[in-house]
Amino acid sequence: MRYHRPGLDLLSHALLLLSIAMFLFPVWMALTAATHTRAELYTGIAPLWFGGEGIDNFIAVLRDPVGRLGVSVSQLLFNSLVMALGIAVGKIVIAILAAYAVVFFRFRGRMLCFWAIFVTLMLPVEVRIMPTYQVVSDLGLLNSYAGLILPLIASATATFLFRQFYLTVPPELLEAARVDGAGPWKFLCDILLPLSKTNVAALFVIMFLYGWNQYLWPLMITTDTAYTTAVVSLKQMATGGDNLVPWQTVMATALLALLPPVAVIVTMQRYFVKGLVDSEK
Amino acid sequence: MTTFQRHRFTPWLLLAPQLVVIAVFFFWPASQALYQSLYVQDPFGLSATFAGLDNFIQVLVDPEYRRALGVTVVFSASVALLALSVALLLAVLADRVVKGARGYRTLLVWPYAVAPAIAGVLWMFLFDPTLGVLSAMLGTLGVDWNHRLDGGQALALVIIASVWKQVSYNFVFFLAGLQAIPKSLLEAAAIDAAGPWKRFWTITFPLLSPTTFFLLVMNTTYAFFDTFGTIDATTGGGPGGATRTLIYKVFEDGFVGYDLGASAAQSVILMLLVGALTLVQFRYIERKVHY
Repeated sequence: MRYHRPGLDLLSHALLLLSIAMFLFPVWMALTAATHTRAELYTGIAPLWFGGEGIDNFIAVLRDPVGRLGVSVSQLLFNSLVMALGIAVGKIVIAILAAYAVVFFRFRGRMLCFWAIFVTLMLPVEVRIMPTYQVVSDLGLLNSYAGLILPLIASATATFLFRQFYLTVPPELLEAARVDGAGPWKFLCDILLPLSKTNVAALFVIMFLYGWNQYLWPLMITTDTAYTTAVVSLKQMATGGDNLVPWQTVMATALLALLPPVAVIVTMQRYFVKGLVDSEK
Repeated sequence: MTTFQRHRFTPWLLLAPQLVVIAVFFFWPASQALYQSLYVQDPFGLSATFAGLDNFIQVLVDPEYRRALGVTVVFSASVALLALSVALLLAVLADRVVKGARGYRTLLVWPYAVAPAIAGVLWMFLFDPTLGVLSAMLGTLGVDWNHRLDGGQALALVIIASVWKQVSYNFVFFLAGLQAIPKSLLEAAAIDAAGPWKRFWTITFPLLSPTTFFLLVMNTTYAFFDTFGTIDATTGGGPGGATRTLIYKVFEDGFVGYDLGASAAQSVILMLLVGALTLVQFRYIERKVHY
């Protein structure tokens, strides 16, 4: 049965390659801009090819304090990394424990706990941003890694994913473990965790990207640039007091800030797609 | 399901970290938001008087708020429709070419990992009035591009940047959805002499409707909340409020203007709006969706 038309296939390939090029175009322009001096950039329209600076602009922003920020981009990238890892690891750990309690134990108040956790899915942090800011401020957590991380792990997405997964675990596994005299902790560590490896990896990728790419929250609670993240710093660089935007610096920083999450998604694509398609539907 | 019995203390120990975190960083601020929306507070937070629904009424009669609502509707609808249609087209193309679908996925999935704020900055450079490549191109076509002055162009800029980032997310779902459609159905239709166009609209598209429906909900919430970074890093809500969406106004009134009552009332309205939107989508669209 031949219902594939070779002509259409060729057209499909051509259109796909064209779209991929169009999607890459902004990144290409950022890359070429980052290899020029500011004077070169402002002689006309942004150049489509590399300039003479090579990787010097990248080294400069990583090593020296950038503009009015007063800190180097290495520091900003480090802050982003702490925040992303803190959110990913924190969320996964508390979610595994909570889902385990809700699925494998029967206790008074179980349904109440379940609903209390469920409600957090309805309200993203953006909606309750002002009062959350006040709470963090009252606790003295402004300009701290804890302040960057904790409010963003206060949602139950991960808890529900693990709950869904645990519900599919065959009851015989638990029976067998109990017959063998395994307690709750042993069952969790020796049987459940090894089974959840793929889910943990998938969730880790998604949560890492979520944490790394945060904007509003770090913008609000980090007045001290020593705790600012790379993503948030871009606006301050792009709107310097100077009239001419130092695009070569901005673009070098933008590329450095987008590289880690893009690397994660490309290398862990299998888990990422699994995490997305399995979980959110 | 079999469970562990006679462990009274263990489940609470397991739940403790999650419960503490959501109590402190979710329930406390959420109740504060509700409380503040009903009270009028002086800027220093020293006194508060009960105001009932005054904050809500004030927000709703404010022409600036209605303007932000209009901007949000135009912005969200454009982002969702464009991101969905481009992604669907690309997914159909990638699904056609059986060989290489995975390779194309790798090449198209990465913009998802780019932060909304970075997406905004990248596109701002392309449209920079003095040295941007695209603004220069538009210049030769007779379009005078300056998103710092022209509200419509500023809105177009943030829409393009938001769509650029969101297409990859939709693409992953559409491609997975397409690959799950049994090939035998399409082959049968081909035997009945249905062309590719007809096959798409009578078989593929209806079977994709659950995916499309889910993505519509996700894209709307993306346009509502996640694009804050895109807007703040590029246009800052300007010029003259042309890109000030509802979430941006909550931030401005609360954090810049320090009008807590108005900000909290807006948060509550936004919450109800998102809830209602999700409900409407479920009630009215789900009926037309084939599962």
